[in-house]
Amino acid sequence: MKYISEFRAPELARKLASQIAAEVDPSRDYHLMEFCGGHTHAIFRYGVQDLMPDNVHYVHGPGCPVCVLPVRRLDDAVELAERHDVILTTYGDMMRVPGTKQRSLIRAKADGADIRMVYSTMDALKIARDNPDRQVVFFAIGFETTTPPTAAVMQVARREGFDNFSVFCNHVLTPPAMEHILGAPGDADGRDTGQTEEKVRIDGFLGPSHVSSVIGSKPYAKFAEIWKKPVVIAGFEPLDVMQSTLMLIRQINDGVARIENEYTRVVTETGNLKAQALVNEVLELRDSFEWRGLGSVPHSALKIRADYEDLDAEKRFAVSAKNSREVKSCECPAILRGVKKPNDCKLFGTVCTPESPMGACMVSSEGACAAYWSYGRFRDGTVDGDARRVKEGEAA
Amino acid sequence: MNAVDPKTQAYASSKTAKAVDLSHGGGGRSMNDLIQNVFARHFSNPFLDQGNDGALLPGERGRLVMATDGHVISPLFFPGGNIGSLSVHGTVNDLAMNGAKPLYLTAGFILEEGFPLADLERIVVSMAEASREVGVSIVTGDTKVVEKGKGDGVFITTTGLGVVADDLAISGENARPGDKVLVSGTMGDHGVAILSKRENLEFETEIRSDTASLHDLVANMLSAAPGIAVLRDPTRGGLAATLNEIAHQSGVGFALEEEAIPVNADVSAACELLGLDPLYVANEGKLVCICREGDAGTVLAAMRAHPLGQNAAIIGSVVDDGARLVTMTTTFGGRRVVDWIAGEQLPRIC
Repeated sequence: MKYISEFRAPELARKLASQIAAEVDPSRDYHLMEFCGGHTHAIFRYGVQDLMPDNVHYVHGPGCPVCVLPVRRLDDAVELAERHDVILTTYGDMMRVPGTKQRSLIRAKADGADIRMVYSTMDALKIARDNPDRQVVFFAIGFETTTPPTAAVMQVARREGFDNFSVFCNHVLTPPAMEHILGAPGDADGRDTGQTEEKVRIDGFLGPSHVSSVIGSKPYAKFAEIWKKPVVIAGFEPLDVMQSTLMLIRQINDGVARIENEYTRVVTETGNLKAQALVNEVLELRDSFEWRGLGSVPHSALKIRADYEDLDAEKRFAVSAKNSREVKSCECPAILRGVKKPNDCKLFGTVCTPESPMGACMVSSEGACAAYWSYGRFRDGTVDGDARRVKEGEAA
Repeated sequence: MNAVDPKTQAYASSKTAKAVDLSHGGGGRSMNDLIQNVFARHFSNPFLDQGNDGALLPGERGRLVMATDGHVISPLFFPGGNIGSLSVHGTVNDLAMNGAKPLYLTAGFILEEGFPLADLERIVVSMAEASREVGVSIVTGDTKVVEKGKGDGVFITTTGLGVVADDLAISGENARPGDKVLVSGTMGDHGVAILSKRENLEFETEIRSDTASLHDLVANMLSAAPGIAVLRDPTRGGLAATLNEIAHQSGVGFALEEEAIPVNADVSAACELLGLDPLYVANEGKLVCICREGDAGTVLAAMRAHPLGQNAAIIGSVVDDGARLVTMTTTFGGRRVVDWIAGEQLPRIC
């Protein structure tokens, strides 16, 4: 397929692999955080790790939109659909994410709530148009990539005078999450940042790709300047990941920290100014937002501006899900910070599988647990539906 | 379906009706009209025309195979077919995957009040055509009507009876390490054709469903290599689900080569766009075959010689693996698990 197969070409992969093997310093390890679930997915689906030297480690980041949404907000969405009799619309990935007591949107739907999966925000508006007697709420989630379509649909709804459409806004921002993971500037070990959780070693970032098509590469400059971490904006195809890995290794070897852009076919320094302006008109920074895994992160999410509050589901409906609780032994939070790997979690593959997920990371195709389970479990020695554990390599 | 002889039973026909109503399922004249004018007219054969509660069939020598399949597809009409042809192909293929020669079908219809009679007739005509092509008779049936809102237009359940030769031993538990895995053609065509017509997802594509009866292809394969170990049609859950099922039944693993798996370029493109994987997308006119390594060349040639197997390919091998994993060497040169699908394949959002 044109413009796809070029970025999955095996001969180029082999060349890149031997180049990486030749350039890595065997006396050290490289801990590279791939921020996005799309990267994690590519690494596992194409077996990129198999082509890497043993001392190159991918640390899976929090860039999975449904994974970082705290259980409280999901419970709120379920409550909207169940108590307020609205038609709740959302993206498919969100449907199976377990809320408190494993209550997901798909279960609420089975119990009679009117919850519909949409492929675009405009489909949600169409549902509102077709159901003038019902309130329709779009459950908006995602990073900067999915934010402009939310802003756009709100503008259309405003322009066309919809009074039965509103948005439950949960959009989050990537740079604050990266800052949070790194902790206070200059503190390489991540101590004394007011955060208590364990920090992860990161030598460089494979930076967000589609997010950067909207916000540009510029917002990451501070990671090089202040934290001295190399960042390479990396596309989602497997060759993008490998090429970006090589670029990071070179920076690390040279002892420099720069922002580089591997994904030049999509990302520019300034990003999509039109989309930024659109978002800016409708949405503004929240003082603080809770992330699953990261806790409360200042200025890390967007809310609907006062000008548009008639389209804000949080204003229109009193939602107050009480007693939200995550499964206690679920390691999603530590996995999202990169501190633990999916197979460090004792639920992984035992009670938690894609069929009966305990945490969001097992649900989304962008979640690290789902990627481990679906594509890579022969590698970690966790095998079979009954999750017997075998010695590494035996299964392969 | 108690077919009534139109020569002796002249009913005041409700031919003016444009849509199914509850009286079509009430056991009265309208129901008989419907049976006469739609079902009996198009399905007519000596067994159905007996007009009794059940069809009296001649005895067959050999082992019998029976299969049943419910069809609830949406949309009912799609590029390459409709629920009618699909309901014949689906059950015929289940028989064929046992190596059987299909003989008879039954058909149960659940109609929703308000369903256009013209659409019903299109569906029935396409079932009649499909069964004639296969050479099976629809020998008995049933019609029920449910209130509006309690169905989705039409649901069709077909049950098939076939006969299988004594020397065949085809079963999902027969895969052995060293065996070869073949597919009869491109993967994912049906599922993508259906998706392209779903209400909230319409996109322009030339992709047509591959819905077809595979019994003739199977007959060719079996006459070339009677020792075929496993046959299965990768419908819901696609190739991935089928191979995982067989891995569990036979207690083996699979090692696939992604590069060898035929996928139509348009299907790949649509899957890329929607965040789907063709290995999980349904097929309705393709089969997976597992045979001993020595037979693989012969089987492949027999498949390719048939119009429904022109793009057949050997896609991997059965391996000894207590963990019963399906793994695949990717075109990229890495290796990954090809797992069962969890729930329905959902589009990614980012």
